[in-house]
Amino acid sequence: MKNLGSVMVAYMIGWGVFFIYFVTVARRTAELRKDVERLKQSLTRGK
Amino acid sequence: MMAKLLGAAAVVLLLGASAYGAFFVAPNELTMGIVQRIFYLHAPCGMVALSAFLVCFVGNLGYLFKREPKWDWLAVSAAEVGLAFCTVVLITGPIWAKPAWGVYWAWDARLTSTLVLWLLYLSYLILRTMVDDPDRRALISSFYGVFIFLDVPLVYGSIWWWRTQHPQPVVFTSGGLNPEMRKIFYLSWLSLTALMALLIRQRYELEATRAEAQILAREAEAV
Repeated sequence: MKNLGSVMVAYMIGWGVFFIYFVTVARRTAELRKDVERLKQSLTRGK
Repeated sequence: MMAKLLGAAAVVLLLGASAYGAFFVAPNELTMGIVQRIFYLHAPCGMVALSAFLVCFVGNLGYLFKREPKWDWLAVSAAEVGLAFCTVVLITGPIWAKPAWGVYWAWDARLTSTLVLWLLYLSYLILRTMVDDPDRRALISSFYGVFIFLDVPLVYGSIWWWRTQHPQPVVFTSGGLNPEMRKIFYLSWLSLTALMALLIRQRYELEATRAEAQILAREAEAV
C-alpha cells in the first residue's frame, strides 16, 4: 500500500478543483439571475 | 430543470463508478504499484482538457465567421473548463512523478508544452477582462484563441515526435495496456467527458444570463 497517500491526495485535489469550479459557476449564475429578475421588475414598474 | 438534475446525477454516478473501478477493480501495475492508479484521473483529464480547447477553437472560429455572441460564449466557457482540467493534469502529474521518477517535474516536451498551454489559456481569460466592449472583446479573443490553439496539437504530438521523460502512448497502441486497465480508463474518460459537457453547459448559461442582465441594465438606464 506504499504511496496510497499520493493517490488519495491526487484524487481529492482533482475532484476538489471540479467541485469548487462547479459551485462557483452555479453561485455566479444564481446571483446574475437575481439581478435579471430585479431589473425586469424595475422595468415593469417603470412602464 | 428536471433534465439538468438528471444529467448532473448521471455524471456523478459515472464519476463514482470510474473512481470505484480505479481504486477497487483495476489491477496493480507491476513496476509502479498503487501510485499508477493516478493514471485513471491524470490521463483522461489531459485528453478532456484538449477536447475542451478544441471546443473553444470551434467557438472562436464560429464567432469569426458568424459574429454571433453565442459562439463567443461557447469559446469562453470551453476555455475556462479546459483550464480547470489542465490544472488537474498539472497537479496530479507531479504527485505521480515524484514516486515514479524521483522528481516532481522534468522540463521535457510534454510537460513543458502542457504548462505553456495552461499559461496561454490563462492569458486568454485575462485578456478578456481587459476589454470592456463585448463585441470588441469577442473579436480580439477569437483571434487570440485561434492562434493559441496551435499549442494543442503540439502537446498531443510531443510524446510521439520526441523522446520524453513522460511515458510514450499506451492507450491507442496495441498491447500498451492491460485489458482490465483499458476498460477502467475508457470509463474514466467517458465520465470526465460527461463532466466537461456539464460544466461547459453550466458556464455557457452564466454567460447567456450575463448578456441578458447587460441588455436589461441598458434598458433600465434608458428608462
